[in-house]
Amino acid sequence: MTMRDPLLRVTDLRTWFNTSSGVLHAVDGIDFEIKRGETFALVGESGSGKSLTALSIMRLLPAAGHVSGAVFLEDQDLLRLPEAEMRQVRGGRIAMIFQEPMTSLNPVLSVGEQIGESLLCHQGLRGAVAHTRVLELLDAVGIAEPRRSYGEYPHQLSGGMKQRVMIAIALAGEPELLIADEPTTALDVTIQAQILELLRNIQRDTGMAILLITHDLGVVSEMADRVAVMYAGKIVESAERERFFGAPQHPYTKKLFDSLPGKSSVKASPGIGTALLQVRDLKVYFPIQKGLFKRTVGYVRAVDGVTLDIAQGRTLALVGESGSGKTTVGKSILQLIRPTAGSVRFGDTDLMRLKGEALRARRADFQIVFQDPYSSLNPRMLIADIIEEGMIVQGVGGSPAERAARVDELLEQVGLSASMKYRYPHEFSGGQRQRIAIARALAVNPKLIICDEPTSALDVSVQAQILNLLKRLQDELGLAYLFITHNLAVVEYLAHDVAVMYQGKIVEYGDVEQVLHHPRHPYTQALLSAVPKIAGRD
Amino acid sequence: MPFKPVILWTDALIFVLVIAVLLFILRARAKEHLRAPWRRVARNRMAMVTLVILLAYVLVGLLDSLHFRPALPDTPSGQREYAVEVLSVLDVLVTPLRTQEEKTYSAPFATHLYAKETVERADGTQERIFPRLRYGGAHLTDLSARGEDIALTALRGFIEGVVAWAAFAALLAAWLARRGRVVYREMLQKIMRGATDIPWRAVLITSGVLIVLTAMAAELGVKYHLLGTDKVGQDVLYQAIKSIRTGLVIGTLTTLVMLPFAVLLGIMAGYFRGVVDDAVQYLYTTLSSIPGVLLIAAAILMLQVYIANHPEQFETVALRADVRLLFLCIILGITSWTGLCRLLRGETLKLREMDYIQAAQAFGVGHFKIITRHILPNVMHIVLITVVLDFSGLVLAEAVLSYVGVGVDPTTLSWGNMINAARLEMAREPMVWWPLLAAFVFMFALVLPANLFSDAVRDAFDPRLRKL
Repeated sequence: MTMRDPLLRVTDLRTWFNTSSGVLHAVDGIDFEIKRGETFALVGESGSGKSLTALSIMRLLPAAGHVSGAVFLEDQDLLRLPEAEMRQVRGGRIAMIFQEPMTSLNPVLSVGEQIGESLLCHQGLRGAVAHTRVLELLDAVGIAEPRRSYGEYPHQLSGGMKQRVMIAIALAGEPELLIADEPTTALDVTIQAQILELLRNIQRDTGMAILLITHDLGVVSEMADRVAVMYAGKIVESAERERFFGAPQHPYTKKLFDSLPGKSSVKASPGIGTALLQVRDLKVYFPIQKGLFKRTVGYVRAVDGVTLDIAQGRTLALVGESGSGKTTVGKSILQLIRPTAGSVRFGDTDLMRLKGEALRARRADFQIVFQDPYSSLNPRMLIADIIEEGMIVQGVGGSPAERAARVDELLEQVGLSASMKYRYPHEFSGGQRQRIAIARALAVNPKLIICDEPTSALDVSVQAQILNLLKRLQDELGLAYLFITHNLAVVEYLAHDVAVMYQGKIVEYGDVEQVLHHPRHPYTQALLSAVPKIAGRD
Repeated sequence: MPFKPVILWTDALIFVLVIAVLLFILRARAKEHLRAPWRRVARNRMAMVTLVILLAYVLVGLLDSLHFRPALPDTPSGQREYAVEVLSVLDVLVTPLRTQEEKTYSAPFATHLYAKETVERADGTQERIFPRLRYGGAHLTDLSARGEDIALTALRGFIEGVVAWAAFAALLAAWLARRGRVVYREMLQKIMRGATDIPWRAVLITSGVLIVLTAMAAELGVKYHLLGTDKVGQDVLYQAIKSIRTGLVIGTLTTLVMLPFAVLLGIMAGYFRGVVDDAVQYLYTTLSSIPGVLLIAAAILMLQVYIANHPEQFETVALRADVRLLFLCIILGITSWTGLCRLLRGETLKLREMDYIQAAQAFGVGHFKIITRHILPNVMHIVLITVVLDFSGLVLAEAVLSYVGVGVDPTTLSWGNMINAARLEMAREPMVWWPLLAAFVFMFALVLPANLFSDAVRDAFDPRLRKL
């Protein structure tokens, strides 16, 4: 058998669900091949059917799903294997790793036991032999002290470590094909770089093929040999990597590339006037309490001395990885979390000194847009009521009739139609919900909006629309944004200034050009170098 | 007026509850997110079948909650006087069952008493025999024709029932046809084929069985004691029917008492955290560590003493029994709110971190408004599921408590009291088994549908069970 023979050949794979509202074709007749030792990337936005393709290959679909077509692993049609033999294929010849390392591991079994279980199933190893092999595997996936990690439980490990353990479990069966379903989406960008590097090294050493499922074109560019783009259950384009990035053929692929936030050419940049928001030495400590009487034994320093300024009409991007305290900064500026020390001056008042009614009365000036559009709208309220609520409380917008008119106007302003106001949130897509959340924030005529990762839960094409909307609103209304994000590409598109946060402190602060292109702090440099680059772009 | 209406405490609360339910239905009709899960309930065949049975029980319970004191026929002063006895509309409907009292035990369909009596013959000799019943089968001259008579009467009841059911089915189909704007025949065919969205065919079959059974019981009940009589000769069927109200009152009013505690305290604990949370948690851990039966027994005994010391406050026996029933509901409610309170606290802890609550806080919305507008509607499904699930448990709890002797008043007809009485009846030789069986059948026929219905409601409201 030569390297040129396909390892996996999928022909006319169809997956559908019978629902009460008709048949839902999740995967609609796709064909592809994966050769030994190559990485094949399946790219698409959420709902395009890429994860269901992987589950169909593994025959792990939910009970309501039906599959037709053929999936040949060498000369075996997986869809026609009896379940008992299929179990030997799963984890043995094909292994899979999932997006969410937090929930993929069993919390009550130690790491060593979980890897050992896979060894027992597929290699028949047990006892001392298995123990040695587990240590080898842990070492192979780059876990620093395999002996110690062997007895550790998942909650003692970080997200990146857990994903390494997942990879070790997958490798235990010595698979010929590894299906990686968004393996790095839940991870920070520096950890993502490490995991991708690890996958490349393992592939080089063992010669296994990888089916990489992702929505991130940067990851594709770094990893894939060949790429297929999925849209609405079909593969619309399939090509070698160079040709794919050099000359995308299909209109949808072109649209995907256009949606990537690039450098914006024109940035309305009013001169640095008086600072609208001045944050000085902000500290937020969470007490750690122990014992019967909740004695405070220490503090978690979530935010530890942050100083920043935002002027009228400008955007400050607050960049950092998960756990760096950036969301806490946003919420403590809004006084949703009361800061421990420091000062937050908004205009001429110190918000930290305001309490109760006095603080409530000022709340119209600063608003927030959240990350998750699914949890930020009350599912039991009409859109009109959601948008109107702030106006009623803050006493803006005049009479009920005027308020109703203002709701219509706001919906039009964020690119929705006024006729949508008597619907419930569940009838809208993620992007539309985010627009509603923006309209809700705008309803009280704020001067500052804190955007807490407003686009990271959205697909890349929707992300581009929301970013454009935010930018347009800034130009029209002269809003100031505190834009909290982990995505550096977004920063370059939208922000005037950047603050990089690391472990509760701001490690670098300055003009966007300067920080992104001439970073001085080692952490900023590490962050920037970890971002996957798309070939042919800067 | 030929009667004087009497509104007992529990009557008033029951009608408050009915009005609340009606208002909720009116509100839910207008709001899609409230209507959708109920539509799923309505399309579930099991739910609709059990609902029909439950509605039959509710109807009996409501009829039994319209109380009045009839006017006495002849008053010497010319002034209208009213009887001390408090009757309900149901009592009037089942008058033969209520008034046809025997001397003591008699078996179902019996013509003779179950206990021997000494009677004096015409010739002066005495003999111990089973005497004939005063009402049960009293119309029979030839005792060997009893079987035939029962069969004929039952058949007449069956035919009446089928006719009544046919009329009901025709009316239902006509109403559906008008509402769905289709021809009557077409609608009828659709129902027969079971092709309607809401399983009307199952509804019709269930209500058919119920109507026919009721009609047969009505025909037979006048001539015989269908389920026999008890120690004082009262018809057991009448007791079982009257017990329905007691069971329903315990099952629903207890919840009504419990809800304000559970909802308010649970949400407050979860929302405010800190001291409020500590206080509420302390309260419910303390309450739930006291044995419930002990608390109930103590409270009921205290009430008994109070009633005994203040006879002037309680005009009639019915009023006294009613106060005790209400008190039992209250004390059961007080001991059983902790479970729901815990659930709501947990859910609120989760909800208060939701972005939309934070967004409301960022608008400066007050705490009370956040609780009523944002949190309460989002925990309502938990409240509803708990209420429906608790119902059957409470009906059973009444039986257990009355058996122990701390339940409802001994004069109140209830399944618990019937079971309590059966303690002696089962030990008797020959055994008297029918009151226990009647209580069991009636309670079973209420609790099983209630459980099945609550399962259907839970499934309909549980977002995790929603299929693709």
